[in-house]
Amino acid sequence: MKVPLKWLKEYIDVTLPPAELADRLTMAGIEAKGMQAIGGRWANVVVGRITAVNPHPNADRLHLPTVDVGTEQLTVVCGAPNLSVGDKIAFAFVGAELIDGHTGQRARLKTARIRGVASSGMVCSEKELGISDSHEGIMVLPPEAPVGTPLADYLGDTIFDLDVTPNRPDCLSVIGIAREVAALTGQSLRFPEVSYAETEPGIDRQISVEIADPDLCPRYCATLITGTRIAESPPWLQQRLLAGGLRPINNIVDVTNYVMLELGQPLHAFDYEKINGKKIIVRRATGGEILTSLDGVERTLSGNMLVIADAERAVAIAGVMGGANSEVTGETTSILLEAANFNPASIHYTGRHLALPSEACMRFERGIRPELTVPAIKRATRLMLKVGGGQAARGVADVYPGRQDHRPIRLQTDKVKRFLGAEFRPDQIAGTLSALGFDCKPAAPATEFMVTAPYWRNDISQAVDLIEEVARIIGYDKIPTTMLSQSLPPQNPDPVIGLKRKIRDRLVGYGFQEVITYSLTGLEMLNKLKPRTRVVEPMPIRLFNPMTAEQEYLRPNLRPNLLTALAANRRHEDGGIRLFELDKIYLRRRKDLPEEPEVLCGLMSGARNEPSWQGDGGGLDFFDVKGVVEGLLGQLSVEAGFAPGDDESLHPVKQAVIVVGGRRLGVIGELHPEVAGAFDITGTAYLFEIDVAALLPFTIEHKMFQPIPRFPDTVRDIALIVDAGVSHQQITDIIRGFPLVHRVAIFDVYSGGQVPPGKKSLAYRVTYQSPAHTLTDEEVNKVQQKILGRLARQLGATLRA
Amino acid sequence: MVTELSCCLTPLVVITYNPRQLKLKTTMLKQLQELKLKALQELESIRDFKQLESWRIQYLGKKSSLTTMLRRLASLPLAERKTAGARANQVKADLEDSLRQKEQALREVQLATHVKAETIDITLPGRPAPTGRLHPITQTLNEICDIFAAMGFQVVEGPDVEWDYYNFEALNIPEEHPARDTMSTCWVETDSGERPMLLRTHTTSVSARTIERTTPPIRVVAPGKVYRYEASDATHVPMFHQVDGQVVDKGITMADLKGTLYEFARRFFGEERPVRFRCDYFPFVEPGVEMAIGCLVCDGQGCRLCGHSGWIEILGAGMTHPRVLQLGGIDPEIYSGFAFGIGIERLPMLRYGIDDIRLFYGSDLRFLRQF
Repeated sequence: MKVPLKWLKEYIDVTLPPAELADRLTMAGIEAKGMQAIGGRWANVVVGRITAVNPHPNADRLHLPTVDVGTEQLTVVCGAPNLSVGDKIAFAFVGAELIDGHTGQRARLKTARIRGVASSGMVCSEKELGISDSHEGIMVLPPEAPVGTPLADYLGDTIFDLDVTPNRPDCLSVIGIAREVAALTGQSLRFPEVSYAETEPGIDRQISVEIADPDLCPRYCATLITGTRIAESPPWLQQRLLAGGLRPINNIVDVTNYVMLELGQPLHAFDYEKINGKKIIVRRATGGEILTSLDGVERTLSGNMLVIADAERAVAIAGVMGGANSEVTGETTSILLEAANFNPASIHYTGRHLALPSEACMRFERGIRPELTVPAIKRATRLMLKVGGGQAARGVADVYPGRQDHRPIRLQTDKVKRFLGAEFRPDQIAGTLSALGFDCKPAAPATEFMVTAPYWRNDISQAVDLIEEVARIIGYDKIPTTMLSQSLPPQNPDPVIGLKRKIRDRLVGYGFQEVITYSLTGLEMLNKLKPRTRVVEPMPIRLFNPMTAEQEYLRPNLRPNLLTALAANRRHEDGGIRLFELDKIYLRRRKDLPEEPEVLCGLMSGARNEPSWQGDGGGLDFFDVKGVVEGLLGQLSVEAGFAPGDDESLHPVKQAVIVVGGRRLGVIGELHPEVAGAFDITGTAYLFEIDVAALLPFTIEHKMFQPIPRFPDTVRDIALIVDAGVSHQQITDIIRGFPLVHRVAIFDVYSGGQVPPGKKSLAYRVTYQSPAHTLTDEEVNKVQQKILGRLARQLGATLRA
Repeated sequence: MVTELSCCLTPLVVITYNPRQLKLKTTMLKQLQELKLKALQELESIRDFKQLESWRIQYLGKKSSLTTMLRRLASLPLAERKTAGARANQVKADLEDSLRQKEQALREVQLATHVKAETIDITLPGRPAPTGRLHPITQTLNEICDIFAAMGFQVVEGPDVEWDYYNFEALNIPEEHPARDTMSTCWVETDSGERPMLLRTHTTSVSARTIERTTPPIRVVAPGKVYRYEASDATHVPMFHQVDGQVVDKGITMADLKGTLYEFARRFFGEERPVRFRCDYFPFVEPGVEMAIGCLVCDGQGCRLCGHSGWIEILGAGMTHPRVLQLGGIDPEIYSGFAFGIGIERLPMLRYGIDDIRLFYGSDLRFLRQF
């Protein structure tokens, strides 16, 4: 909302400097986003009057106007087509700072010779003064402009750009802002004049108004002006509209817009002659009803949109836009003026569905008060008579089925303290509310008031609303600052939150960079993960209104975004890349919100160590990714096993599922070459994925202290030859099954050379220990013999010579 | 060495006097003197341990002339023997002392040479240890949650995909409320379509759930992702993060709101940063509050970053609207509360001078490694 200070000053005396006023409004809830000083750079520009216009002796298109600037008469060279004797204009002396009409650059005016004639000064266009982009002709000032007065004094202004919150439609008006200023500064308000001469016959005999759908139209008012003359608005009116951000159209339409800016009530002017049957019916559109709106667009209306109709057809989309069929044109002589109140939700719906946001629409959908129609229509009628002439019919046609009077609200002053934590005196509270136009009647007991909101406010329904009014006008800075003093609520944090933090910290310690990617992804990306089937199953959850195909679905896994990140980073990183994301994925559930499990997904690719002058440790492989997962789960005290996997996105044999407590809680593996290719990933990449929430129960175990061994252990190395198909896990499972075996560690895997084909050699270090005594060689030998025996029987293992 | 010498001296006691031996004594004293001079002279020119060992054998070894002389002391009369013996032992001790000093000197020289040979270029980079980093948004969320946890707030989380009810209705934003327009919503397709589902536009939805499910006292913060139907540019992304806070108890006042948020600002932005509370509007609070801090770039003088106001908006807050409490089954006549919502991305952007919000979600290591 743009509010010129000069306009504001019509209703209230402003003594504060503009910057301070902006600050006070901001603190009280109406943020001044900007402040523009108009005329701040108009030194050496004054109001002048053209006393003569002579042709230029050497140029057809140029003229030599003589201008009276009060102290002298000056003749200059001017190319504008609209010079006429008697007009008041803005005259710039040499030295004035003007905007060049062609280049747009600001420059100081110098004496010039134009086609042989000296010119020391200039008659200015709006563009040259920085008022608008208009440069077709000179700016003509109102006839009452005082000759010789500096233009800055006459036209200069400060325009506040105010951000009005949605709860304050009353402040989408200059009068609304003036009311705020009045309450903030203690000045009193002057309401604009609304009276006018009325003539017979009365309006009731010339138009009938019927509200067929009162749920959508609580009130409809109309006045009638006959014998009006459509013309361009006077300059003061045009300037006000321009300052408020609206384009002048003609005097009648401009008045409706002016009063909307002034009082906040949108109005609409019909050509009375075009209203069939001299009847206004406010009704819902019939489904599929067609109306060409003022902008020339044919609109198909739906049954829940409200229209203004005459006896035969719709003539306007209520509160949104008028119809072309009843438009005020240059030939119009009779005006039927409408000031109505419409249901905010209905206007919101219509405006959105027709994609017709407008100043009127914005005010209606925020909910303005029905009481506003009468003062606004009277004010507009008065102004129309002033700028267009004619006679106004007596009275206001007023159909008001939806009265919604403000009920008094009981305000206990001790509640103010209980809510704000600040003590305000009852008279301070009542004074503040009264300054805002509230009616405060003392009630019993004396610490209570019965408060009624003024007619223009629709955001007040409870005591807290009144408390806010008191707080914001007195100032939030007057409220003290205290720390919470209540006893601490019991704390029952969700353990998943802690687990997530722990996992993130661990992975960072392993050299992984955390990334956060969008929760939305595209089908094409997801399909890339499926080299065989090319189909994502089950279908991920789709947005109803996706912005792009890349962000159409809620991700069912974290992979595509991470793989994209890897590919993108590979373009500038030649070392090892380790990335992870720990966040939600979204899985469909019938007739319920989706399941949102927390999943950890990591990727590693490239060199094992960061490139260094001491080498990079070679390329990563499957056992690096397995080591990360083992390390992570180990630190979380989760015992995990690994079993062959069948994940389509991973290398068919270089992958495993992570098994915890008999449940498959994740996968590890090398990325399937085709998937890597589809994501433009060069080289091999290794992926791990763990269902973090499912992991949780396995991390919460009760650890028991293990005493530090009191007796020395005995270490034996055994090298076994087994078939290539025998797994390490099979061997260690057997060895671990024996008593006294404390630890088993593999330290060598070998095939080739002296190992027969089809076989491999595995070397283990077995640590034996007893909690009760020092083991003897015989004891250890006995166990080891049994171990070797079972390995031989069950796996065909032999000792390597 | 001393022990060895006393062993040698023991037999001297049994030796008896003889005149021939007087001359012997004089000669011996002279010889001792010469021996000492010679030995010290030679020691001077020794440069390594090998030469030093030869020197030791020559002058202090079992077959050295000094040892021989010491043995010959036996032939001196008792009185002579005493002085000559003392003298010989003195020479021996002096030589041994010089030997030790020489040894020490040689060792120092050797060490210095050794150490010099081991010189490394200490400016070469170290062997890289793994250096991963948390995403700057995670770091900020952790920092904020920790600050509020220290004030007794419990961290709670809720679903990203939410019912319209918790995102809007329960927060006093009924359908067709103009506030809905300010939060362009991403709607989620549903099977039946009857109950509208959306991507939450703020984590205040988690507060709505908490209020519904918890009997006061309530003191929670809800971090998480939020979504808007908005095209990306340098200041907008369709997904970003928020921390929403909610306190409900008996006797909670706006002064408590100010105190709590001051404390947050003090810890996050520092003691010196000015803080301002002004009136603002959010449908789920009344009175509504906006908290701003003095601009970090211009310190309140006015610049492009702060729109020439000198202030930068950090969060929205307010006293929980009685209707929100009522909808959650809490009696607003007994309880009151306050709420706040902090946009997260803005904070590291201000702190580090990041000028494009999209960088957070571009996963570019060149960006992420800086934090």
